[in-house]
Amino acid sequence: MHELSLAERVIGIVEGAARKAGARRVTRIALEIGALAHVEAETLQYCCEVVSRGTLAETASIEVQRRPGRAWCETCAAEVELEQIGMPCPDCAGFRLKVTDGDQMRVVDVVIEPGEPA
Amino acid sequence: MCVTCGCGGGDAQIDGHGMRYARPRRSAAAPASTPAFRPAHGTLDARHAPGTSEAQILRIEQDILSDNDAQANANRERFGARGLFVLNFVSSPGSGKTTLLVDTIRRWGTQTPVAVVEGDQQTAFDAERIRATGAAAVQINTGKGCHLDAHMVAQAADQLDAKAQLPSDGLLLIENVGNLVCPAAFDLGEAHKVVILSVTEGEDKPLKYPDMFRAADLLLISKIDLLPHLDFDVDLAVRYARQVRPELPVIRLSTRSGEGCDAWQAWLAAGVAAVTKVPAA
Repeated sequence: MHELSLAERVIGIVEGAARKAGARRVTRIALEIGALAHVEAETLQYCCEVVSRGTLAETASIEVQRRPGRAWCETCAAEVELEQIGMPCPDCAGFRLKVTDGDQMRVVDVVIEPGEPA
Repeated sequence: MCVTCGCGGGDAQIDGHGMRYARPRRSAAAPASTPAFRPAHGTLDARHAPGTSEAQILRIEQDILSDNDAQANANRERFGARGLFVLNFVSSPGSGKTTLLVDTIRRWGTQTPVAVVEGDQQTAFDAERIRATGAAAVQINTGKGCHLDAHMVAQAADQLDAKAQLPSDGLLLIENVGNLVCPAAFDLGEAHKVVILSVTEGEDKPLKYPDMFRAADLLLISKIDLLPHLDFDVDLAVRYARQVRPELPVIRLSTRSGEGCDAWQAWLAAGVAAVTKVPAA
């Protein structure tokens, strides 16, 4: 369950940025999680809710933007969509694939309310 | 979301269908009770948080693992400055990681100094087994944690260093927590992840746990002396592994019979020889 340690990092990043900006609270957190990222997005979302207790982000909604997986197929010499690691190229059914997109896990932005923490 | 029945939102599935979560979620998908949108004061008018008048958007654009990755790069620089060849051994519990390390150190002999970082949830058993070979070892206990991270390895290296046991121009072998899932996400500052699959496991493990095999630069298929007693299909295991990591190099070995151990030692020696010492900036 490395999602919990990822969630601690998310809330750490969010709180750090929010405090620096003089926020009273964080109302929304937007994450970007690629389809090929090594994380279960629903679990991460839940873990973020748990970890955010007692922080400026305690009541924040947590939005996960998914990003499709893409890979370079050496056989086709083309970029193709890849739904999951271990699946073949949708065009040639081969496995000579190198992930080019969709393995990111990022904090994109947050919405804050300025002011003294409640 | 499942295209058959529209269930679920995450990747977790039961019988191919998305799981339904019983717990209520804090979702940004506008609930029915969302107050009516009011125009923002000041400059912000896009993506305005409902019910507030002074909301601001802070762009962050930061990788969730950026702190780990920064520490891993610092570790890599530190190890590079010492001319260390660093490997991160990952596998499920029971694949024979510690036995392999003990055997590897014995066969390696005095070619270069060797130190080991052992990761387990509890006990110092593994570090003790390594120390019995004469090599330096430090045990990290992760408690409830399921993986090593770069900060833990930095502290372990500090501890070796404090005892003058962090080698120069040699091998640093890191045995991760036995877990085929979580350690895949964490760069420790190693040169390579080495994944071990024992023939007492299933040959389909690379497809079941693709992230780990995708992250690896070498696959060791261990306990091959047991093959006559098992139905394990080595070629199938290799084929599956190369579906997730094309051209993944493979060494088949048994520490018991010694078969394949020369190839493994040669791979290590080539790695050590290829290390170029980069003085710390």
